[in-house]
Amino acid sequence: MIRFQNVSKTFKRHRVLDGISLDIGLGERVALIGSNGAGKTTLIRCLLGEYTHDGSVTLDGKAPRPNRTQVLASVGFVPQLPPPLKMPVGQLIGFAAALCHSDEKRIAELALRLGLDVGRVSQQPFVKLSGGQKQKTLIAIALGRAARVLVMDEPAANLDPEARKIFFELLAERQHDTTMLISSHRLNEVASLVNRVIELDMGKVALDDRVADAGALTGLLDCRIRVKRAEAAFAKALTAWNFQADADGLTWTGKVAGPDRLRFLGMTSRYVALIADLSLSEMETGAETGAEASRPEATA
Amino acid sequence: MKELWLTAKLDIAESLRARWFAIYCLIFGGLVALLFVFGLTESRVLGFIGLSRLLVTFIQLTMAILPIFVLITTVRSVAGDREAGVFEYLLSLPVGLAAWFWGKIVGRYLIIFLPVFAAMTGAVLWALARGIEVPWGMFAYYTALLAAMGWCFLGIGMLISALARSTDVAQGMAFMVWLTLLLFLDLILLGVMIQEQVRPEVAVGIALANPLQVFRTAALTLFDPQLIVLGPSAFVILDTFGAAGYQVFAILYPIAIGALCAGAGYLFFRRGDLP
Repeated sequence: MIRFQNVSKTFKRHRVLDGISLDIGLGERVALIGSNGAGKTTLIRCLLGEYTHDGSVTLDGKAPRPNRTQVLASVGFVPQLPPPLKMPVGQLIGFAAALCHSDEKRIAELALRLGLDVGRVSQQPFVKLSGGQKQKTLIAIALGRAARVLVMDEPAANLDPEARKIFFELLAERQHDTTMLISSHRLNEVASLVNRVIELDMGKVALDDRVADAGALTGLLDCRIRVKRAEAAFAKALTAWNFQADADGLTWTGKVAGPDRLRFLGMTSRYVALIADLSLSEMETGAETGAEASRPEATA
Repeated sequence: MKELWLTAKLDIAESLRARWFAIYCLIFGGLVALLFVFGLTESRVLGFIGLSRLLVTFIQLTMAILPIFVLITTVRSVAGDREAGVFEYLLSLPVGLAAWFWGKIVGRYLIIFLPVFAAMTGAVLWALARGIEVPWGMFAYYTALLAAMGWCFLGIGMLISALARSTDVAQGMAFMVWLTLLLFLDLILLGVMIQEQVRPEVAVGIALANPLQVFRTAALTLFDPQLIVLGPSAFVILDTFGAAGYQVFAILYPIAIGALCAGAGYLFFRRGDLP
């Protein structure tokens, strides 16, 4: 589906991409990782037809630069840094929807699922939104299209836990008919989202590995945490993850999206001295409705 | 075509929200208002009274302000958008490069021309309401001249925007272009003539290559058909073009410069890296 053949890109004398060759098929969810300057953004821009380069990049056999409108019609893009657009949110959505032949209502519905009421912010300049609101808008625009390829640069970095959970669900809904290319500095940010990892280093492919696809996008974990004493900072952090405390404030329960487990554990690790007991257990599909299910359990 | 209009509409909406546009409108609207307030329509200078006197003054002032305004705002907006990452996102959407580039030009052209035209039209409507005679021929020609001038400097601005990779460089280049054209109006031209003792045809040729000078001379021809104020160089111009021919040249030449620059800008834009 996506083919990079010996792609190189040089800025002045600095070679940023050095003979990249990759084949990415339909339904693959690829983590594009690497340190700053590894070439991730440059590779994405080559795929979007924004950079000239040596070698060839094709999507379904068509090069994005000479076939921009055809190729980009099937690519949804979420940048790492939201553009500082002064136009109102409603106008941005209208413009994107008109170009992509997508439905503004569908975009608004997706934004609402992510926790952003477009109706309330449609007259606000996009640049004035919070980081999370911008990200939700751009994700809704990208997912609201009939895109067969989703290119996302740190897409969930600014999202709150609840929005991240919904975001993973939205990706899961499209995982079989969409190819995803998710760029990140760190593998643990995106590990649970992907079934293939490509690491770039100094403009070359340093690692190309297929990983177990456990259908983790849809997974949910039941979590229970007991703390030694009530602590406001930890309570605030858990509340942000939609956890609820019992009457004495010492036992917290909530649900964590499967792909978010590493991030969640990263958060709890900051309060490890407070934690007396922590359990995470996988829920079976449908268990969210309240059915108790037997499952493997991890206890700390 | 739909993509082009969408881009044009987007650029128009962005400009209408921008502070520079408010200042731009204020300057040209304010100019006309000031000319009325100071009773220019009632004054008599070199035999010119009424609205023609006002229009002559307005076009002279516009020629001083409009080029630098168009150059700076165009390069700031286009190069600034690229630098800020706006291009990275908006050009990831399925819009053709031609539709994007020319759509921006169309939108921006309407935005820079309409306020100037509206100011002149406002003056004409005021004159009609006050019973002042309206020189329709002059109004039509000055409108065409302003349209050509706006297009010329917009094209130059888009070329600079396509060439420069940063806002600072783009602004510097725009300022240098404007300064060079300004200096070649008189200062350098006179210096060259005196120092090198060049033939009048060469000096006039240099002047005629300068769109600013072309506008200035064309504006003069309407109230000074013999171009007496230009001195001997008038002979070269009038012998070569004739008064009417020169007026046509003064419209077509800047349009050609604007089109050439915009076309070259598009080629650079299309061939290079977009963000």
